Amino acid sequence: MMANLAEPLKNVINIADDTLIIADKTYRSRLLVGSGKYKDLEETRLATEASGAEIITVAIRRTNIGQNPNEPSLLDVISTEHYTLLPNTAGCYTVEDAVRTCRLARELLDGHDLVKLEVLGDEKTLFPDVTATLEAAKILVKDGFKVMVYTNDDPLIAKRLEELGCVAVMPLAAPIGSGLGIRNPYNILTIVENARVPILVDAGVGTASDAAIAMELGCAGILMNTAIAAARNPVLMASAMKKAVQAGREAFLAGRMPRKRFASASSPIDGLFF
Amino acid sequence: MKIIINGELRELESGTSLENLVQLLDLQGKRLAIEVNQAIVPRSQFASFQLTEQDQVEIVHAIGGG
Repeated sequence: MMANLAEPLKNVINIADDTLIIADKTYRSRLLVGSGKYKDLEETRLATEASGAEIITVAIRRTNIGQNPNEPSLLDVISTEHYTLLPNTAGCYTVEDAVRTCRLARELLDGHDLVKLEVLGDEKTLFPDVTATLEAAKILVKDGFKVMVYTNDDPLIAKRLEELGCVAVMPLAAPIGSGLGIRNPYNILTIVENARVPILVDAGVGTASDAAIAMELGCAGILMNTAIAAARNPVLMASAMKKAVQAGREAFLAGRMPRKRFASASSPIDGLFF
Repeated sequence: MKIIINGELRELESGTSLENLVQLLDLQGKRLAIEVNQAIVPRSQFASFQLTEQDQVEIVHAIGGG
């Protein structure tokens, strides 16, 4: 239902109209999830469903040869019909490997060309090698890929990646799998304020409040894997994350009150009887 | 002929096509992508693409990852 544009919209938000658009495609969920680190495929399936996510990252790896051919595979539980798959270039430390991985992913998925680009620079922190990332992004965009790019929280690099034609820029909150939450909210805020493409926090989220904070900063969405898969109860955490992302987004759209140094009473002084 | 498949040396009959290979490895019907000597071979060409001695083949699929 479209709101009547003649009326002020200040207090009326139809949250159902608040959709996420990436590369001209519309999504209802601002929570994106990875499919790794789960106990088994059943847990993967249940947690993914509980999260409400529509975009799911997958990794591209060698097929196990000699495996039982009836062994279920990831795409049996995360089907291309119900989800938008986002192949990643996890484990790539060079431009060449990342580009090669994306091309294989596109072939694997019958021409589906939305990819998550990550070019790592260091094994301990898994921080991105931003110069290699810029180079790989340039090649991939030219080759027709729709690139969602993992990067650090440097606003200059984020803007350069956008200018290269990436469809979304994804600054890390903290190292992949660290669960530390957003380390530098001011950088994320600067990136969001300067962006003309969706900014999604990717990596380092630990718990629901971290996700809410990302959304309150104005991020278009958030991508996480370990935060859900490594929780004691992943399916429950997936549900928590779904709500946190919605809550954070609504809080952002609602426009928070300003922070104040001192108190401001909520009850009137008039009518005091003592 | 000797072919390297996913890093492992294998002996195949000469004239084996990629389609033959997929069947030999029991991978028919699976969603996968194949590179031969670092060049992707589209699925539509599996039947016509013949492997030759020393070819390095990579067969990949999608798995869980973040």
